[in-house]
Amino acid sequence: MLSYALRRIVIVVITLLAASVVVFAVLEIVPGDPARLMLGINATDDAVAALRQQMGLDQPLVLRYFAWIGGMLSGDFGRSYTYSVPVIDLIRERLVVSLPLALMALALSTAIAIPVGVFSAARRGTAADTGVMAATQLGIAIPNFWFAILLVYVFAIALRLVPAGGFPGWEAGIGKALAALILPAIALALPQAAILARVTRSALLDVLGEDYIRTARAKGLPARLVLRRHALRNALIPVLTILGLQFAFLLAGTIIIENVFYLPGLGRLGFQAITQRDLIVVESVVVLLVATVVIVNFLVDLAYAWADPRLRRR
Amino acid sequence: MISKTSTFLAGAALALALTSSAFAARTDLTLAIQLEPPHLDPTAGAAGAIDDIVYQNIFQGLTRIGPDGAVLPSLAESWSVSDDGLTYTFKLHDGVTFHDGTSLDAGDVVFSLDRARADDSTNAQKALFSAIASAEAVDDLTVKVTLSRPQGSFLYNMGWGDAVIVAPESADTNKEKPVGTGPFKFVDWAQGSSATLEKNADYWGEPVALDKVTYRFISDPAAATAALLAGDIQAFPSFPAPEAVAQFEGDPRFSVVIGSTEGETILSTNNGKEPFSDLKVRQAIAHALDRQAIIDGAMFGFGTPIGTHFAPHNPAYVELVETYPYDPEKSKALLAEAGYPDGFKATLKLPPPAYARRGGEIVAAQLREVGIDLEIIPVEWAQWLDQVFKQKDYDLTIISHTEPNDIGIYARDDYYFDYHSDAFKQVMAELDATADEDKRYELLRQAQEIIAKDAVNGYLFELPKLGIWDAKLEGLWHNLPVQSNDLSKVHWTD
Repeated sequence: MLSYALRRIVIVVITLLAASVVVFAVLEIVPGDPARLMLGINATDDAVAALRQQMGLDQPLVLRYFAWIGGMLSGDFGRSYTYSVPVIDLIRERLVVSLPLALMALALSTAIAIPVGVFSAARRGTAADTGVMAATQLGIAIPNFWFAILLVYVFAIALRLVPAGGFPGWEAGIGKALAALILPAIALALPQAAILARVTRSALLDVLGEDYIRTARAKGLPARLVLRRHALRNALIPVLTILGLQFAFLLAGTIIIENVFYLPGLGRLGFQAITQRDLIVVESVVVLLVATVVIVNFLVDLAYAWADPRLRRR
Repeated sequence: MISKTSTFLAGAALALALTSSAFAARTDLTLAIQLEPPHLDPTAGAAGAIDDIVYQNIFQGLTRIGPDGAVLPSLAESWSVSDDGLTYTFKLHDGVTFHDGTSLDAGDVVFSLDRARADDSTNAQKALFSAIASAEAVDDLTVKVTLSRPQGSFLYNMGWGDAVIVAPESADTNKEKPVGTGPFKFVDWAQGSSATLEKNADYWGEPVALDKVTYRFISDPAAATAALLAGDIQAFPSFPAPEAVAQFEGDPRFSVVIGSTEGETILSTNNGKEPFSDLKVRQAIAHALDRQAIIDGAMFGFGTPIGTHFAPHNPAYVELVETYPYDPEKSKALLAEAGYPDGFKATLKLPPPAYARRGGEIVAAQLREVGIDLEIIPVEWAQWLDQVFKQKDYDLTIISHTEPNDIGIYARDDYYFDYHSDAFKQVMAELDATADEDKRYELLRQAQEIIAKDAVNGYLFELPKLGIWDAKLEGLWHNLPVQSNDLSKVHWTD
């Protein structure tokens, strides 16, 4: 188990380094001068040149890459061109919105999907199963931003139960903060729940056809116990895979959802930073997202090994 | 019994107190702007969102631009101009303090002007200060500014957000913590979310009605509509979704005020490139444009057609829409005369705003009618600035020029239109040297006519200001002669 984990960690580090080079290189060759963007079309050339110098954009590319990577390793992500505050502070402020949002959505989608998947698998071929499958098909087909707008019209405008968007900050009280996150979390969670429910159902159906299930049934174990004790645990591998992938999707999905709900999250920060050519912020946010996805996948790999001891030897 | 009565009376008094306080007008306001500013220093950035928050609320200049576009006194209570138009003497208001408690004196004004025109200045409108030869403090409250050449627009220039007066103690930190002289003080900026201002109790001028103001940043048009309908915000002074305006017009809870801006939306044309260097081709394009169809399609009917690069609300405006009226047949004839009987192919680069992307589709369809086949290339702002504006690597593009009174850009040789007219430059030079208002208007009219006749660009429409706010709210500006959300007169009516 230990050497398995170590091998995985080496892969994680190499992936991150490669990602940082690609992200940096791609963004630096994208056209657009951050200084000109900030000063606009009436600015004189010497004012733009003065700003470029202030931003350190007159330094050579390679030097800037190593300054950036070196700083990141020591926890200094540099200063935002546009906001002129440390990038690490910006990211920290945004993470306290995006991370709870993604986790809420993940929890919601799991809490909905697994019982639904089990319910459907246990009643394979019945009208209830067909109904649930049709509903999940719809859930996958509906784009989450459209669903978000629908939620806003019902719960914020018609019923006035929650605000239509924005985030009051955790200091405004946990109740208010959660009220601001609940609609975005639902909008993010439902399409994911639909996918997860289908995966849970089909994984369970695969397992339910296995010999050991027949044996368990033959020895007289009640159907509910067969499902919970023998089938579900063995069906978890594909479900875990999808969960790991979904976390990446949820983080990416926040870019759209955070715009619809004007939440000050990481996705919106990245989006704004791209349009404003705040390269250092984009680079840091993207590398952070890559790191999150890589680390989540690493944890999923470890979870596989926990769920299936055979994998540890590979 | 007595105690019961007194309890009752106390209760009645309390109820009365509660109702009367409930009738006192609200003093808070949450309004939204579409874009979040990159920082809050108007002297170091072009983003209109900076002025949306700080101009005339936090920061003030020597002069200010009023809601009708007129130049009014601000920190300078009066001024005099020498006969040769080269020396301006400003008399400052007495008793003005910055939000950090330091008092405003002539030294701060000299500092601000010198800073804006210094070699290492990052002022986005450095050209505003180009005529200044020197600024000196005569005494604590008198500043003498000497110009190297007469500049008729000097007082107007000093009213821009880029020309506000800052203090040397706080100039370097204004980006994150703006310190000005205005009626509102900066409280907090939750990046990505909102900025909060509060009433400046020590304000030197007329006290304001609002105690607390919160700006939210909402860029998504659907979210903007929802935020207003849900009551999360009470005003969206420049509402980003023309398609949703009708829904508010029928709702008694809201006031819908359609005003004008300084944004001339034009089909910018690369005059330095074949075939657009040919006047006949540009005239053909002008004849092919049906402005009302563009306004209806791109702006859902909101916007005023223009025939030149000038705001219709300006007193010097000339109606030139009919210089080259919509006439596809004439357009084809002109193309044939220019040597393109079968039309030609060209590109149309479109920046992100909806007016450009939606308008571009319609412009392309209209030009196709006369044989000009446009390939639409969507670009981001940063790409637009780099390719179109800086490198002049474009044929046609659609963009709104939102700087007030910016017809002077047509005299710039290196500007991205690549337009060169000695006649126009001469009018501009004369305008610069003229202070008399009637004479200035006359010159501005001539300037508008020259560029209209030369069909330098396709002149489409003046960008409207779609204001939507709570029906009980009063005092927000109806038009936008300068980028601002001046809140000094805003109050609730109940």
